[in-house]
Amino acid sequence: MFKYFPHTPDDVQKMLDVIGVSSLDDLYAEVPEELKLHRELNIPTAKSEVEVRRIIEGLAAENRRLVCFAGAGCYDHYTPSLVPYIAARSEFSTSYTPYQAEISQGTLQYIFEYQTMMADLTGMAISNASMYDGSTATAEAMLMCVANAKKRNKVLISGTFQPNVLRVVGTYAKFHGVDLVTVSATAEGVTDREAVKTMVEADDVAGVIVAQPNRFGIIEDFEGLADLCHAHKTLLAINTVASALGVLKTPGEWGADIACGDAQSLGIPMGYGGPYIGYLCVNEALIRKMPGRLVGATTDAEGRRAFVLTMQAREQHIRREKATSNICTAQGFMCLYVAAYLSLMGEEGLREVNEQSYGAAHYLHERLLATGKFTEAFPGQPFLNEFTLRYDGCTCEFRKRMAEAGFLAGVRTEGMEGCITFAATETRTRQEIDQLVSLV
Amino acid sequence: MNNVYYGKLVFELSKPGRKGYSLPANEFAAYALDALPVARRERKTLLPEVDELTVARHYTNMSNNNFGVDTGFYPLGSCTMKYNPKVNEEMAALPGFNVHPATPDCCAQGALKLYDEVQRTLAEISGLSRFTLNPYAGAHGELTGLMVIGTYHRQRGDVNRKKIIVPDSAHGTNPASAAVAGFQIVQVKSTAQGTVDVEDLKPLLGPDVAGMMMTNPNTLGLFETQIPEIARLVHECGGLMYYDGANLNPMLGVCRPGDMGFDVMHINLHKTFSTPHGGGGPGSGPVGVRAGLEHCLPNPQVVYNEEKGRFEQRFDDESLGCVSGFLGNFGIIVRAYAYLLSLGRENVPMAGRLSVLNANYIKERLRTHYKLPIDVVCKHEFVFDGLREEYGGDHHAADHVTTLDVAKRLLDYGYHAPTIYFPLLFHEALMIEPTETESKDTLDAFIDVMIRIAEEAKADPQMVKSAPHNTPIRRLDDVKAVKEPKFTFKAL
Repeated sequence: MFKYFPHTPDDVQKMLDVIGVSSLDDLYAEVPEELKLHRELNIPTAKSEVEVRRIIEGLAAENRRLVCFAGAGCYDHYTPSLVPYIAARSEFSTSYTPYQAEISQGTLQYIFEYQTMMADLTGMAISNASMYDGSTATAEAMLMCVANAKKRNKVLISGTFQPNVLRVVGTYAKFHGVDLVTVSATAEGVTDREAVKTMVEADDVAGVIVAQPNRFGIIEDFEGLADLCHAHKTLLAINTVASALGVLKTPGEWGADIACGDAQSLGIPMGYGGPYIGYLCVNEALIRKMPGRLVGATTDAEGRRAFVLTMQAREQHIRREKATSNICTAQGFMCLYVAAYLSLMGEEGLREVNEQSYGAAHYLHERLLATGKFTEAFPGQPFLNEFTLRYDGCTCEFRKRMAEAGFLAGVRTEGMEGCITFAATETRTRQEIDQLVSLV
Repeated sequence: MNNVYYGKLVFELSKPGRKGYSLPANEFAAYALDALPVARRERKTLLPEVDELTVARHYTNMSNNNFGVDTGFYPLGSCTMKYNPKVNEEMAALPGFNVHPATPDCCAQGALKLYDEVQRTLAEISGLSRFTLNPYAGAHGELTGLMVIGTYHRQRGDVNRKKIIVPDSAHGTNPASAAVAGFQIVQVKSTAQGTVDVEDLKPLLGPDVAGMMMTNPNTLGLFETQIPEIARLVHECGGLMYYDGANLNPMLGVCRPGDMGFDVMHINLHKTFSTPHGGGGPGSGPVGVRAGLEHCLPNPQVVYNEEKGRFEQRFDDESLGCVSGFLGNFGIIVRAYAYLLSLGRENVPMAGRLSVLNANYIKERLRTHYKLPIDVVCKHEFVFDGLREEYGGDHHAADHVTTLDVAKRLLDYGYHAPTIYFPLLFHEALMIEPTETESKDTLDAFIDVMIRIAEEAKADPQMVKSAPHNTPIRRLDDVKAVKEPKFTFKAL
């Protein structure tokens, strides 16, 4: 037999005898013959481990690992070696959702730590046990706004969101019947607050969703936004790049009701887009509207503190179509990445990561402008580790030329002809930046 | 598994002045973050200060309080807890795949080619035309698939199809996904034999039906033999058939959803294709469609550009839109690819057959002690309705031994419990799915323990009712967790 199948021919025969059938095919006797596939599957033949490695290593080698100056929702931060090492423990990785708490305290504990850390970083009361990614977490935030408002169906989302997040939220809105209004960005590259004000004052807006730093890298000022929203019974949701929460004003401090976003920036490898982890945090009032798993503390029969999945009456396996969301499997394992990363980094480490990323990005910004080939797309706007410049020439040709030289020179700023959004993190060196700039 | 409870939280190990990381000296110190004039965080964080070894021991100790497939038998029904091969992990960790998702297509040909290989392999295995691998999990695949159905009707100007029919035995995600996708849910009953009641279905069909969701075999592990008739009826009224791939495993290489008459489906790579469940994700929920619906699949789509001779990501205007930030859980897709290559056409069909063999073997050997409500050959899983009356399972008796008790007692013997109280059709549902990667020896040992538990339930019911006794912690107070909710360390 095959290495993943432990049955000997003798085992199979004995088992068939117990069942009272004569062959494996007899186990499918009730399946109508005309539905059966009476041929071999037309897929590749079985490969040995040596061959599997050869094939997939070959594919991996066909990718080019460019020195990364791109962000747009994924950041090339450093992952301490202990993080993937811990995550390789199969007691964690090969377990299921921790339904049987007595033998799942490991999973439950790290999720509880993750919830604590994310609630703390966002300045909110409660975090759930993860969403798929930042875009779907934002879509769920929108659905929460509508579910909470009951009679309102309009949600405003800032046009300064990453375009891929806007597309996902827009897709969810289209099918769920949410009247999602994209508030355009001002010429300064920030959310049009006047437009938001006018619409919120019409008293039919369930929620407002804004991004920080925004898609251009700009740090927006949300002063007064929560008061405006709350005066009109509108919820405020703020999507922040998770790593930046270590130094930027938190959604809680801005007065948000919901904090959402992607936590890839907390030690998760770029991995060509996933797996990442969406985070979703709320204030106390919204707890029963929260989608996804929640881990809570309780005690066992001997009075010891222990952890358990709780408030499941919100979830699909209990409430079916009346659940707060359809989410079941999320990104639980990535909570371990985040919890281990934040344990190692601590507040100081997270601050240092942000300082170095800030420094690298500002140095890159200054050097690129000094070439004379770039101008600021939004002059004078404050940024953390990502910024948008206008290139004097064809951006396509520029990025292609840089890729040939081994650099991922930012991302095309969608909808803004001639602009590129660059990012830098603590993993970039001055030498790499100088090299990139010298090629401009 | 270790039964010494390690209950500490990392915050309790913190001591000011410790640290667990190292970064290079700041080359850019001239650009001080303190210069940032706006929007700075004022509140200190609660993040711990711990050294590296402390963190290593902390999570290692925690892992010792956890049970995975590598620890022992995990017969959790509907979850397909098969072995997660290690070469899959090795391949997913290759540095060549750790690239930024905005890497230009020309520099990510290996990743795109792999994505396309998996798309095409799944299409052949399913008997459908084309797949997307963008959805992140099974329920996300369902949502995406329902969006495909909605898009199909809209594009035909057929805007009044608001209803999705779901069997009463369906996974909870089915109705929940349909609700998120904006549909109304209509439930169709099961017959006493546990399959969809076609007579109950007929009056539900009409011009307002967008589609019907089914899993086949269903959640009782029974093959829906009337599927050709059901598909015909739904198609006749203009609806589409959705296949919930959670139970695809037993059908591998035997009978394909496309050939059963399904139009749209999802697959759980973390069930059928051996990627680890990770304690609740990341999974992956590829969605496939039959010919004629390909354009509805979500963006971005990975296609081969004949002209340029390379793979690329494409945005199609006709598409339902986007459901993921990038191309889904790519790392999970790499794992599934390694598994598909390993098994190949020779072994994929054996996986299904052996999973069915294992399930029927357990069923036949345990029916003497556990109530078997539907006595037919099952597929990959089956459902008992608790202990038989003579073993304390009479659920009219006030102090009967419940399915929960049996499940908890199993933990004492070093097994994960089956799925309990699902499907909702039976009072004491105990749903067992062994998967094909378990040996007869493992099954025999499990069967012996299940019989012993039945005998214990008869001889000493209180002992079973107070189980588990040997696990790191004892039975938990679920009510307290809800009444005195504590979701953070700060709240403790």
